Amino acid sequence: MSHSWAIETENLVRIYKVKHKRGDAESAPFKALDGVNSQVGTGELFGLLGPNGAGKTTLIKILTTLLLPTSGTARVDGVDVAANPQEVRRRINMVSGGDTCGYGLLTVEENLWMFTQFYGLDNKTARERIGKMLEIVGLQDKAKSKSYQLSTGQKQKMNFARGFLNDPKILFLDEPTLGLDVQTSRVLRKFVKQWVRERPGRTLLLTTHYMAEADELCDRVAIINQGKILACDTPANLKKRLQGASVFKLHVTPLEQTELFSDLPGVSNFSGHRRNGHTELNFILDDENTLVKILSAVQQSGAHLISLDKHEPTLEDVFIDLVGKSLSEIEEQTGSVS
Amino acid sequence: MHESARSLKVAAWLGWQIESNWTEPFLFLTYSILKPVASALILVFMYLVISQGNFNNPLFAYIYVGNAFFIYVGAVLLGVSNTIVDDREHYGMLKYIYVSPIQVYFYLLGRGMAKTMTATIAVVITLAFGAIALGVRPDFFTIDWPLLIITLTVGLAGLGFMGILLAGILLITARHNDIVGEAVAGALYLLCGAVFPISVMPDWLQWAGRAIPITYWLEGLRRALLGTELVQKLHTGLEDFSTPTILLILLGSTLLAILLSIGFYRWCERRAKEKGLIDMQTMY
Ligand SMILES: Nc1ncnc2c1ncn2[C@@H]1O[C@H](COP(=O)(O)OP(=O)(O)OP(=O)(O)O)[C@@H](O)[C@H]1O
Ligand SMILES: [Mg+2]
Repeated sequence: MSHSWAIETENLVRIYKVKHKRGDAESAPFKALDGVNSQVGTGELFGLLGPNGAGKTTLIKILTTLLLPTSGTARVDGVDVAANPQEVRRRINMVSGGDTCGYGLLTVEENLWMFTQFYGLDNKTARERIGKMLEIVGLQDKAKSKSYQLSTGQKQKMNFARGFLNDPKILFLDEPTLGLDVQTSRVLRKFVKQWVRERPGRTLLLTTHYMAEADELCDRVAIINQGKILACDTPANLKKRLQGASVFKLHVTPLEQTELFSDLPGVSNFSGHRRNGHTELNFILDDENTLVKILSAVQQSGAHLISLDKHEPTLEDVFIDLVGKSLSEIEEQTGSVS
Repeated sequence: MHESARSLKVAAWLGWQIESNWTEPFLFLTYSILKPVASALILVFMYLVISQGNFNNPLFAYIYVGNAFFIYVGAVLLGVSNTIVDDREHYGMLKYIYVSPIQVYFYLLGRGMAKTMTATIAVVITLAFGAIALGVRPDFFTIDWPLLIITLTVGLAGLGFMGILLAGILLITARHNDIVGEAVAGALYLLCGAVFPISVMPDWLQWAGRAIPITYWLEGLRRALLGTELVQKLHTGLEDFSTPTILLILLGSTLLAILLSIGFYRWCERRAKEKGLIDMQTMY
């Protein structure tokens, strides 16, 4: 192979065997990754976008050597993750955004220092990087606090800082801003973007189910659902798929039956679900004139229109176009909260 | 510095930070040192009650020394193996440790070092108490120091790797499991002649005892401290072996145990990665 990708997967499959309780041998295998092929180039900020349970974390675990694929191969910086995990570990780092872990008895500084030592950083570099990362996540004044004294968000920030200490060639961030406040999320996103830009040769893969995060940050986005990558392109190109289509969002008073909308002629894709006491209807229309039929259908079903909004296609609409459902709808159905 | 040395050093530092919780120095002293000393002494006093205060039977010294050194067994086995449970379930850090380029065997051994240190203090206190208060070989000049040091070192290395074997079991055990280590230490207490010569056990248990390096380790330590002649005279089941033979068997069986542990841990690690257990948090 002439071109070497930073991250490359071929037909990656991961099946979880779910043991049922009561000790019976019957296990229902669950396919969390279903033949994932992907290539991420060196220097890319690559996003993996998908609803809860799509397989994002599973993919990251395989790429970071914590989990073996059931079949298929994955290479990080050209190194096979299953065959040569140690070689992979020397080149990577990983942060799970929701994690609030740490050695509680150590100070924040000591927690971080420990990891710089695993990577063999000299003392001066280690101090510098720890100082810089603490400044970025805004934990300087907590440097000498025991980490068990930190708030949930502060622990997450400490963990975020840990991920950058070894200046990894390839960095994996699994929902880095999960549960963090708006201001902090913004700062971290900005830093992530800058980190990749300022360091040629560094690659960053992040997962998210925030559409805006993917759109704002990523050079390329792969949309993943039920273990399959449905599309992979730049956010702009993904949205171009809907060029010429009209995208509408309607809020109406609660509606039980929404299936009828998808059968209306001219509706290319539709998703509807309950949200905050009303029903949200998302339409992708081939022809704007279909709106008239939709509005009369709403009226016939006895609901009232609360708001109507036409907008430029977003990644959310691309997702609806690909999956036939919106992200939040899927997350409500699977009952998963995050 | 090489990855192995780094892993060992940082893990030992971390282990020490966790072990020596200096915010609670009293608790630390009680738990790490007084508790093992006390439990070693309980047994000794039981013996004294039953034998009506007979210090002079050389069997007493034999029991005393074995029992004192056995403090190491639980400490090292648990110190090393519980790292898995602690890091995974308590601190939630095992996955991040695994994602970094550590050498896991050195990391685990390093984490066990703090407990080994505190155990050393407990062993020394117990032995000193025996020498001063109970007349167990108070004469420092007759101790076979080279034998003591070699035996101790080889044995501790062996124990460390047996801890790795246990760590492997804990790695693939779904539930938070402190009992495994305790159970193994308990079985070894019985099988390895810590408190009675293995010759008093039924044949098949004796054979089990003979297959474990710790049996030879304790024998070697006793001979170093009490003198080969005295120990051999007690007909403890190992009297036919000369001291160099004991040392050789200890070396050979320890080497075997190390290889076995490494092989087994590797297998467990693979299982854990197949089943996604490295970052599993069961209880919380
Ligand atoms: N250890 C496991 N055993 C059984 N099934 C699992 C296990 N881990 C994950 N799964 C299943 O695999 C699927 C993918 O999970 P994964 O954690 O990769 O999703 P995700 O895309 O990261 O979702 P989220 O956005 O909620 O983090 C889910 O349906 C999940 O239930
Ligand atoms: Mg996830």
